[in-house]
Amino acid sequence: MSLELRGITKRFGSLVANDGIDLEVRPGEIHCLLGENGAGKSTLMNVLYGLYQPDEGEIRMDGKPLVLSGPRDAIAAGIGMVHQHFMLVDVFTVAENIMLGDERTGSPLAFAGWLDRRRARRDVAEVSARHGLDVDPDALVADLPVGVQQRVEIVKALIRDARVLILDEPTAVLTPQETEELFTVMRSLREAGRSIVFITHKLKEVKAIADRITVIRRGAVVGTAGPDASEAELAGLMVGRDVRLTVDKAPPALDEDAEPAFAVRGLTVLDESGQAAVDDVTFEIRPGEILGVAGVQGNGQTELAEAILGLRPAAAGGIWLDGRELTGRSPRQVLRAGVGYIPEDRSHDALVADSSVAENLVLDLFDRPPFGRRGTMDVRAVRDNAERRVAEFDIRTSSIDTSVGTLSGGNQQKVVVAREMSRPLRLLVAAQPTRGVDVGAMEFIHRRIVAERDQGRPVLIISTELDEIFGLADRIAVMYRGRITAIVPPDTSRADIGCLMAGIVPGSDDAPPSGDGTPPAPDATAPDTAAPDATVADTTVADSAVADSAAPDAAEAGDEPDPRQDAPVKDGDK
Amino acid sequence: MSEQATPAREAAAEPAAGGGEPPEADRFRRLVAQTVAGPPWVVTVLAIALALVVGGLLMIISDPEVTDTFGYFFARPADALSASWSEVSTAYAALFKGAIFNPDAAGSLTEALRPISETLTEATPLIFGGLAVGLAFRAGLFNIGGQGQLIMGAIATTWVGFTLDAPGFVALPAAVLAGLAGGALYGALVGWLKAGPGAHEVIVTIMLNYVAFLLLGYLIGSDVFRDPDNPQPISKPVADAARLPHLFGDSLRVNAGLLLAIAAVVFTWWLLNRSTLGFQLRAVGANPSAARTAGMSVGYGQIMAMTLSGGLMGLVGMSQVLGTANANNALTQQIDAGLGFTAITVALLGRASPVGTVAAALLFGALQAGGREMQAAAGVSIEIVTVIQALIVLFVAAPPLVRGIFRLRGEGGGHSGLLAKGWNG
Repeated sequence: MSLELRGITKRFGSLVANDGIDLEVRPGEIHCLLGENGAGKSTLMNVLYGLYQPDEGEIRMDGKPLVLSGPRDAIAAGIGMVHQHFMLVDVFTVAENIMLGDERTGSPLAFAGWLDRRRARRDVAEVSARHGLDVDPDALVADLPVGVQQRVEIVKALIRDARVLILDEPTAVLTPQETEELFTVMRSLREAGRSIVFITHKLKEVKAIADRITVIRRGAVVGTAGPDASEAELAGLMVGRDVRLTVDKAPPALDEDAEPAFAVRGLTVLDESGQAAVDDVTFEIRPGEILGVAGVQGNGQTELAEAILGLRPAAAGGIWLDGRELTGRSPRQVLRAGVGYIPEDRSHDALVADSSVAENLVLDLFDRPPFGRRGTMDVRAVRDNAERRVAEFDIRTSSIDTSVGTLSGGNQQKVVVAREMSRPLRLLVAAQPTRGVDVGAMEFIHRRIVAERDQGRPVLIISTELDEIFGLADRIAVMYRGRITAIVPPDTSRADIGCLMAGIVPGSDDAPPSGDGTPPAPDATAPDTAAPDATVADTTVADSAVADSAAPDAAEAGDEPDPRQDAPVKDGDK
Repeated sequence: MSEQATPAREAAAEPAAGGGEPPEADRFRRLVAQTVAGPPWVVTVLAIALALVVGGLLMIISDPEVTDTFGYFFARPADALSASWSEVSTAYAALFKGAIFNPDAAGSLTEALRPISETLTEATPLIFGGLAVGLAFRAGLFNIGGQGQLIMGAIATTWVGFTLDAPGFVALPAAVLAGLAGGALYGALVGWLKAGPGAHEVIVTIMLNYVAFLLLGYLIGSDVFRDPDNPQPISKPVADAARLPHLFGDSLRVNAGLLLAIAAVVFTWWLLNRSTLGFQLRAVGANPSAARTAGMSVGYGQIMAMTLSGGLMGLVGMSQVLGTANANNALTQQIDAGLGFTAITVALLGRASPVGTVAAALLFGALQAGGREMQAAAGVSIEIVTVIQALIVLFVAAPPLVRGIFRLRGEGGGHSGLLAKGWNG
């Protein structure tokens, strides 16, 4: 079955989301739809799934025009869609979810609305076996990991006999392993003669799986390519100019003798179920250094960042910034101590979607001069600040009063970055700083992070994208099951890092480091002295921004617990 | 910048409770966002018109004299139509006369102003109440405990009102503040239970409504409150000095409560749009997780929101006791008059904004004032007014319905904004 979109145009008011798009999907191919966030990929697919009616153009299937007035028509025509955000009922089982909207009964009691659960279960088992999908029909959806939930969506589409399957940014929510599994499934579907439209903005994935590639920019097709096109070519098509995928940065201007500006010692953080999500983690960052934390999602990185910010209590160990202890402080106190924080989930943890760009830019400092004085907001100061930040950080928005939720992912992230970097910082913590961000914005954000480092700030980057870690980090810490398996220099090979991410220490006897295993090498960078108990409590924020190194202004000394010296850290940094 | 780098050591009333938000909280926040964004004003106006039309149909159906004429509709249709027309037109004319202007009484200035005075008197407690619910709403909290909070406010006001023997310039402010404090404390309790132990505010407020209602019953039977000279269970009346004075002479009921209501509107507008606390409340309401990450204390925001909301509800109780609508200026078991719940509809209709709330309260006040005239002059039950109020809110809450009836196109061409939101989320 071949599917053809001809001259599809879709407008929302004055915005042209799709501008005369042609797209052809051949039987049994994986067709990648590549484009930045906001390029119009999802709009096009919503047209194809009958959710939007095109203003112009037509859809043809096997040469015959197809009119889709809703998803029901699309399903009937053999088009299935897996949305980025799954359309599943959490408290139903897999089989019950499969029956949703398609309560075929087939039983003699059908007239009475009798549901044939047995048949649904059989269908699920059969389809998942045929395509190697491994889905248990009786599992409760809420109990399933995200990757499996996605497979349920795929099974749902297959049971309705979808011959064209649309996957909208399917890998955004997946770990690398789950992505691999998804690719295996996709290949198996291709073997079975089904077509797949795979929407993404990740170049590596396109290269890995696509048979053909259509690149969309600003609502129009700017090119098609085969899988042999280079990443640089594709990126160039996507953003309309050549983009360098490596980050331009000078080697760190490190003072080898400098005291570490930021130290985490023996930190243990519990998750909701009381398990140690972060388990006895120790590391240090010197001024002007970027430490990248690599690891597969879900190995304690999120909890580590949240503990540093004071969003989660530390069960053991401590956190020091410029000699002052941050352990046990509230998020407000941590932020006011000069920590900038880019959370990994911006829409959940960083932005108030319905509030304006201007308001989101002062979410942290709203009650401080010049924005708030004696309980009153200075609207002009808030607006002036917004105008400045929008210009400085190149935030593309129609106005500073636009609600932030309507911006593209990249521009939303720039709002977060602009806010967090407009305070005088003493430490920057950035978790997945470029997740779901287009290439142009990614480049910009990386440059800003490096600029922070070059001004002598310690920077902690947490990312599941190895490219990002390699591009930014001066040292790489690898996390596995809540522990740091090693801290290595950035010229370590990908393969070695890959082993560490799986808990295998290269060169040792290939076993994951056990319990309190002895450290392979003493940490050469650990200071011989106790954490410096100098503090900057009495300098002003503005002053301290200029004077990077801690002003030795003794205060609060004495409540400094002994920092741990016996860090189980393999050190590769000479 | 002269800010200290020293982290603020003073109490951050942060609850220990972690991030786990129940899904219904998300759903509620979406409802808040939709209500605040609201349908276009055209839809609101059409919803009111539609409600009046349906109200008219109900009048026709509910009057046996008119329905009788439909019995021989095919023989003499003119009878039925003219009976229907006169029924509805008389009723709505009376509604207008009772609520806005009565041309028959234009002779005397007092009589000409009486309908407006009645409308404003009815609207006064609704303004307080609408602001209260709207404020909590903006902070992501559904305050359905208005009944309890206003009863607590009324009890406090009454107690101060009949015990404090002082001249008016002391007694009245004291009684007003007592009402504010009574409601605020009762609201704060809810906020604290939400922020600390994490009890859902809807459950808590419903339960506390019972507590307040039964406490009221107990108190007006007790020696402290009970009026010994009255056989009915009713409290001692508040001192004359503590009552809200009439604004334009004794024969018009509009009273100084209206001025307090206007002050409350200005205050709430400032609070929400220009104060740092309001900024915090709105952020906590729209995305508590982001608010927390930005260093705000969600628990503090919730406690403050419920305290202020309860305080405004306490002022409803205050105006019920001290105002002119209460002939005895005393507590009775029915002192709340359902205002705690009417306030919710006022706030929804006013989109939880202070200015919108005033408009909604005036509309409901007018319907209430006009409804009495309608009952007296046209013999149409005042309950019809309640039905019309309910229908207005129903239609406002369902914009696609109104658009469908009036064949309006939604914004964005074809699909409604609300529906579209779900797809690309």
